[in-house]
Amino acid sequence: MDFAMIFFILVAALSVGAAVGVVTSKIAVHSALFLLVHFATLAILYITLNAQFLAAAQVIIYAGGIVILILFVIMLIGSGPMETRAAYRSWVPYAGLALGVLMLAGISLTLLQTPAAPIDPEANQGGVPIVVGLTLYSQNILLVQLAAILLLVALIGALLLARRPRPEESPTSNLQS
Amino acid sequence: MNSADLQLNLHPVLPELLMVAATAAVMILDMFNRKGRTPTKAALPWVALVGVLVTAAASIWLIGQPVSSFQGMAINDTRAQALNLVVLAGAALTILLSIRYIPNVNRQTGEYYALILLVSAGMMAMGSATDLMALFLALETFSLGLYILAGLNRTDLRSNEAAMKYFLLGAFASAFFVYGAAYIYGATGSTRFDLIANALFDGKADPSLLAIGVTLLIAGFGFKVSLVPFHMWTPDVYQGSPTPVTAFMSVGTKAAAFAAFYRLFAFALPSEQATWGPVLGALAILTMTLGNLAALRQSSLKRLLAYSSIAHAGYILVGLATATSAGIDGALFYLISYAFMNMGAFAVIILLERQGEMDALGNRLNGLAQRHPQVAMLMSIFMFSLAGVPPFAGFFGKFFVFAAAVSGGYSWLAAVAMLNSAIGAYYYLRIVVNMYFAEPTEETRIEPQQASIPLAFALGISAVFTVALGVLPSLWTNLVQSGALNLVAMR
Repeated sequence: MDFAMIFFILVAALSVGAAVGVVTSKIAVHSALFLLVHFATLAILYITLNAQFLAAAQVIIYAGGIVILILFVIMLIGSGPMETRAAYRSWVPYAGLALGVLMLAGISLTLLQTPAAPIDPEANQGGVPIVVGLTLYSQNILLVQLAAILLLVALIGALLLARRPRPEESPTSNLQS
Repeated sequence: MNSADLQLNLHPVLPELLMVAATAAVMILDMFNRKGRTPTKAALPWVALVGVLVTAAASIWLIGQPVSSFQGMAINDTRAQALNLVVLAGAALTILLSIRYIPNVNRQTGEYYALILLVSAGMMAMGSATDLMALFLALETFSLGLYILAGLNRTDLRSNEAAMKYFLLGAFASAFFVYGAAYIYGATGSTRFDLIANALFDGKADPSLLAIGVTLLIAGFGFKVSLVPFHMWTPDVYQGSPTPVTAFMSVGTKAAAFAAFYRLFAFALPSEQATWGPVLGALAILTMTLGNLAALRQSSLKRLLAYSSIAHAGYILVGLATATSAGIDGALFYLISYAFMNMGAFAVIILLERQGEMDALGNRLNGLAQRHPQVAMLMSIFMFSLAGVPPFAGFFGKFFVFAAAVSGGYSWLAAVAMLNSAIGAYYYLRIVVNMYFAEPTEETRIEPQQASIPLAFALGISAVFTVALGVLPSLWTNLVQSGALNLVAMR
């Protein structure tokens, strides 16, 4: 067993352990922190697959953005231990477990049926930032620009919906501000 | 890819670029209000309007310069510019309707006009996109903007409900769309319409994956143009949104989504026409029948127009289902005439709305002709046109579409559509009868605070074009059918 394999098993075990922690933890903040660990280990796995861009995006968007958002929500609604409701406990986790096992079985089956092939070195370059960047900003430049407009819409919309209406528009308050 | 091979011709996106520039101008101008020194707020709608008009001029200039750009992701052709003109007409009239109305709903008018411009840009991008990814981004751009505009009145529960409902169902529809796009990519190996078509001609596509993908895409589009059975949200959202936004929604969304429908089916799936033609035909029948029957029983004018817009979506779909050049051109003519007559009808509704109400009941029109003969006359023009009575624009819209259906071998579809127009005529003409022959009640009055010069202007323009396109349909057809060379894909 070479070093890469040992490393993969260690990181993967950590990742799965953190994922279990997310689900089983009774305290919401702990779940969020487990999620952070899970995302970080996933990013490490991406790097071992030569997908540095994906790894960076994983850290910035998921570990950085999404987890922070979740923590904000927890802060807003309170971080006490979750109530355990009988109705919730009865069947929902088992249904989730069954679906998870089903998905795992599907993926394993597909993997086992597909013959192992040597890794195409050219395809393996696909996740390197320079390749991603060149593709995005040459062939797909239109999509980048459209996405930029989409984000601008979201930004202006947030401004429109979230800003508290001030008792403005009267000359006096305008002068004060 | 070598950078020398890149196609970065800006023609297909020039109108969108101009709209974004106008947005920037509005936002920057709006900044000056915050200081309280220069009151530029009143100038905002006019700046936005100038942006729209300049874009329309650019759009007309672009007709006859067909070019595909951005590695086959966007195209400039006559159809794209025709769609742009429909959207721009809708946007310009919406801005005129908003000048008096919107400040009473939400004081942040700068963001409002910016969003109207960006949403229009998204709609226009949808008509020129020839790639599933570009199409999706354009779809999301205008959908997201419309969710927000629907909830513009933050203190009104109906507006909140409209925004929430539209957002949740719209998110579902987008998910359907992306899922469908993924299946089509899986089946054909490309997201570009021309490469998809090539893969299909070569018989390299997996038919079952393709069928699932196209079904999901139809569901996603069907939601946007409120085809039955994806129409449930329409009446509530139309009723709850601020009326100018409703008007814009009904005209712009329809135009954009139908343009994308046409691009997808004509450019990517021409070889499968025998399959999707009848499917679209069946959807058209369901849509117009249910829309018309439900519209018969509405007392709220906005709900009535909501169901009528569902029915009109059905008529337009007839043109697409035939998949002929005449059918598509007919649908485009329908869209432009619908833009003017529907905008006009919504302008009259605005006149009848009480302060803080955002809707009007049908009985407010009773005997309107005795109190306000001019408004009643304009409303009659719009209603006759919506019903498809000559010599108004709506008649030629229906005529072109139905004639295309007959000559395209869809006589059954044309017959059902005619029957439906007869049902539709009943509720449109009932409004006219009530205006002229019913006794005015206490409810019958026009709100002076809604009447404004820009609104009168919008009413006038709508009426003039509704009549002009009905008397001289060649005004439009000469403009947008001069270069019908992009139809190689269709037959």
